[in-house]
Amino acid sequence: MTDLIHRLRPKPQHVPLVATAAVFILLYAVACIRYEGFASWFQATSLIADNAPLGLAAIGMTFVILSGGIDLSVGAVIALSSIFLASCLVPPDQGGAGMHAGVAIPLTLVGGTAFGAVMGAVIRVFKLPPFLVTLAGMFLVRGLALVLTEQKRISIIGVESFDPLVDFLVFDFNLPAIVFIFATLLAVAVAKYTRFGRTTYAIGGNEDSANLMGLPVGSTTVKIYALSSLCAAAGGVLHAIGSQSGDASVGYLLELDAIAAVVIGGTLLTGGYGYVIGTFLGLLILAVITVIPTYEGDLNAWWTRIVIGVLLLAFILLQRVAQPRKT
Amino acid sequence: MPRVAEYELVELRGIVKTFPGVRALDGVDFTLRAGEVHALMGENGAGKSTLIKVLTGVYPRDGGTMTLDATEIHPRTPLDAQRLGIATVYQEVNLIPELTVAENLSIGREPRRLGLIDWGTVKRRGKEMMARLDLDLDVTLPVRSYSIALQQMVAIARAIDQEARVLVLDEPTSSLDAAECDQLFSVMYRLRDQGLGIVFVSHFLDQVYAVSDRLTVLRNGRLVGEFETSKLPRLELVSKMIGKDAEQVEAMDHAPKARPAGDHPVVAKATALSRRHAVSGVDLEVRGGEVLGLAGLLGSGRSETARLLFGIDTPDTGTIEINGQAVTTHNPRTAIRNRIAFTPEDRKDAGIIPDLSVRENIVLALQGRRGWLRRIPFHEQQALADQYIKALNIATPDADKPVGQLSGGNQQKVILGRWLAMQPRLLMLDEPTRGIDVGAKAEIEQLIAELCSEGMALLFISSELEEVARDSHRVIVLRDRKQVGELSGEDIRLDSIMSIIASGQEAAAHA
Amino acid sequence: MPEALKKLLWPLAALGVLLLFNTAMNPAFFSITISDGRLTGSLVDVLDRATPVILLALGMTLVIATAGVDLSVGAVMAMAGSLAAMLLVDMQAHLSAVIVLTLGVCALAGLWNGVLVSIVGIQPIVATLILMVAGRGIAQLMTDGQIIPIDSSPGFAFLGGGTFLGLPFTITLAVSAVVLTIVVIRFTALGLFIESVGGNETASRYAGLSVRGVRLSVYTFTGLCAGLAGLIYASDITAADANYAGLYLELDAILAVVLGGTSLMGGRFYLAGSVVGALIIQTLNTTILMTEINGASVPVEYNLVIKALVVFVVCLLQSETVKQMIMRRRAVHD
Repeated sequence: MTDLIHRLRPKPQHVPLVATAAVFILLYAVACIRYEGFASWFQATSLIADNAPLGLAAIGMTFVILSGGIDLSVGAVIALSSIFLASCLVPPDQGGAGMHAGVAIPLTLVGGTAFGAVMGAVIRVFKLPPFLVTLAGMFLVRGLALVLTEQKRISIIGVESFDPLVDFLVFDFNLPAIVFIFATLLAVAVAKYTRFGRTTYAIGGNEDSANLMGLPVGSTTVKIYALSSLCAAAGGVLHAIGSQSGDASVGYLLELDAIAAVVIGGTLLTGGYGYVIGTFLGLLILAVITVIPTYEGDLNAWWTRIVIGVLLLAFILLQRVAQPRKT
Repeated sequence: MPRVAEYELVELRGIVKTFPGVRALDGVDFTLRAGEVHALMGENGAGKSTLIKVLTGVYPRDGGTMTLDATEIHPRTPLDAQRLGIATVYQEVNLIPELTVAENLSIGREPRRLGLIDWGTVKRRGKEMMARLDLDLDVTLPVRSYSIALQQMVAIARAIDQEARVLVLDEPTSSLDAAECDQLFSVMYRLRDQGLGIVFVSHFLDQVYAVSDRLTVLRNGRLVGEFETSKLPRLELVSKMIGKDAEQVEAMDHAPKARPAGDHPVVAKATALSRRHAVSGVDLEVRGGEVLGLAGLLGSGRSETARLLFGIDTPDTGTIEINGQAVTTHNPRTAIRNRIAFTPEDRKDAGIIPDLSVRENIVLALQGRRGWLRRIPFHEQQALADQYIKALNIATPDADKPVGQLSGGNQQKVILGRWLAMQPRLLMLDEPTRGIDVGAKAEIEQLIAELCSEGMALLFISSELEEVARDSHRVIVLRDRKQVGELSGEDIRLDSIMSIIASGQEAAAHA
Repeated sequence: MPEALKKLLWPLAALGVLLLFNTAMNPAFFSITISDGRLTGSLVDVLDRATPVILLALGMTLVIATAGVDLSVGAVMAMAGSLAAMLLVDMQAHLSAVIVLTLGVCALAGLWNGVLVSIVGIQPIVATLILMVAGRGIAQLMTDGQIIPIDSSPGFAFLGGGTFLGLPFTITLAVSAVVLTIVVIRFTALGLFIESVGGNETASRYAGLSVRGVRLSVYTFTGLCAGLAGLIYASDITAADANYAGLYLELDAILAVVLGGTSLMGGRFYLAGSVVGALIIQTLNTTILMTEINGASVPVEYNLVIKALVVFVVCLLQSETVKQMIMRRRAVHD
């Protein structure tokens, strides 16, 4: 019996993850008991579907933060890629390029990836703080999103190659929800089972040691930011699918929510420690907190941000207590 | 003990390495045999770490030859050296603390199946690698959950995994306790018996005598000699390290310093002061008008004692009295309020504010004591700065020059000026003469004498035992973090200090 | 102080070039006319609109000088506007009480950041991120997520829209804040302490400075500045808009500081430089608004693209790699 208890007790490195899972389960259970209809399958799937763009950005952000960096450009990349995709798809008579979705979507993703790679290269080559470089990236992309088209919002309705993506539905999961879930699983595998993933942890844990151990720190840094922008660009595509539109002003302050999801998921903001699955749970926590005000009629929706702030503080303090100070 | 046949594994001949203005290594020879532990000895500036860095590919050499198995090698980076078979484990363990032991052992060369990391094999290999060192630990826990000693073992296991021939251990024992050291030594013996050549750098004489087969002594970038450890008496080793022959030392004429006239009160007193990994059982008192010297080799606990007195670190046990009052809360601010001053050993990291001007650096401590509201008027600041620039002969065009742009000696004088401006009762100087030119050294020694005659209490730490002997009224000798002796008056001679350091002789008398 | 003046040269030159460009595009740029007893013109407009960023940049300069950063100033601005609206509109409080209370709360918000940074020991970016997220929520909570019009108090409207000495009152506020800050910082020992802590924390501690006290006071001051900026913004738009008040302005403030010559690594700081930096940013905004290419005006959104390029160039100028490259180039030429 004690042996069983011993085996069930989480390893010290899993404690923050267990804390995140506990918070989520508690929150979800309370919501299910308190609100009629919350426990429904429909509500569960829409929690995931509604937050798929943010979720993808948060997954990319997880790798960035694990490496000890930060990416402030993800919200802007979502906006740009959604409006870029929209203007590619919309027929020429409506001011678009009339491309096939099979061309336009890969083009968007490649563009996003290339942008991230450039940011990563600048961070690496010029040894600049990621915070500043991705800030410049954010301004640039946000600006491009706004100047790309006259309209700030383009509806994508009646585009033949795109509609099947919008209508796709399996067990109430739409395409964004499915992509998000698969992306999470893929990212878990990448983080755990590839050299790229492990090198990301090593860079965040101790970059000097990683160098001395002969790990490819430079190329991995470039790949990390490329991956983050790829995820954000995919988030933009999902936004376009989910809302049937491209919107240049979507995703304001989304980078903050993405960072919050990562931290609430138990990842150390200084890098080197954390799990992708934690980010997934963190995102679900954010999703539940965000949707509660619609059930709680008289509760002000803005409690959401405060609760997120409090959770952030709690998890940062938890990490502060649980982890020794970095020297 | 079965020993692999010894042969010359690494040979360095006439190694030269220069930095702007410094010849760090000047024609140094070094030979490492397979199956030996070879200690590398020397005081500050001897060139030990430069030699290690040349050997391990951190610096390219400027001259000389270096062979491994009789083949000339030119390692360009530490990685390069590692591929050649020269592995290094540094004092600050270079591992990724959050990752598991198993992963740290194999990261960058993980076994993969279908492109994915095969964690089962990673764990199994990790266990095997630790078993090679005769260690059985849970390799699935993060490295940081183990002690520094075990972390070092993991680093060693990783380093020697790639068919290393040479293992360089750079001050591996500085943060280990006795039991942990024994653990490390048994691993070293094991590896030596497997035929590795081990270079061992340590400041602890006992350890060097315990583990090394041979040793090489460097001084001022030159080779002093290569010796069989068991055939070299300790006193001779110490004298070779500090560069004075025993006979020469005895012949030196010392004008013994009389205890200063006048009955000055005790400024600071420490009783049974101890702190883990720093010092244990230090008893000292220092009066106004006297210079108390702290002698000992690097790492013997000299700086640690001063740090405790200045309140940078808190003692685990023991008491400190300042001006006859027991100190309860002790930090640099309260120490300064009690008019204690401290010039730290690492001038760059803990002494100067490089971007600020000479004037600002000089007034800083005084202004700190006065608080932010009572700003020292500019003309007074300027006057103070000018006064100390003149009194200490600081070579600077004006008081507005950023301190970072001055030479080391002048930076040291600026820090001295900072403390003199607040008229301390006790001034503690940790290696005030290191890395500065001969003229400035003489000036600082003279200043010590002057301040002392004005009634100030001084605590003086220097690796140059000669300076300590020359300038102090009393000397406390530290060795391996313990106080092992105290000398005063005519007993303060280089040879007596050296023999205490070498033998720890008085330790028995004290205990 | 020749060093400080030398540092001011580059930002001033950049500002000068921008202004010249404007004159070339629009000869009327420098003209100032008097209407309704108030000077009007592009230059006055630039000064008027730059006020919030100037105020934020004052606090941010000191925080950055201690090798920190404060990401929460935008959110604190929103809090200030909402609190003022709540007190003025809902509670009919007296204007002076509103201002004192609002500034006090914002100073407390700054102190909170300071506690997290200097006592709990969290990295500044992380510590201030918490208030950046929660602050806007608190602001929205106070206004129920609504945009609250503040039109009942002429005194409050005067803060951001009034005329004083023939100029927008904001200019008076900005100038007094800048002068007051410089006087307090340079005529006490605070400036020395801040530069010392940012330049070498260990050495400062060994010299007997209260590193913790210095950090607490600069973050508190930054909160205060953000509060004032928030009041001015709310007064200017005569409403509390918790969603957009101060949105991304923390980034403008950081940019202004960096443009002004203060290094993100801490140490020496240049308050006047930061003010010029803020003016450069606002002039850029105005330039884009007023510039016409082939008779068509440039969309406002280009602003962000240009700002991105400016940030990028400034980043590069601060990069050690680039500095070394320039040094090497010079060495070769010598």
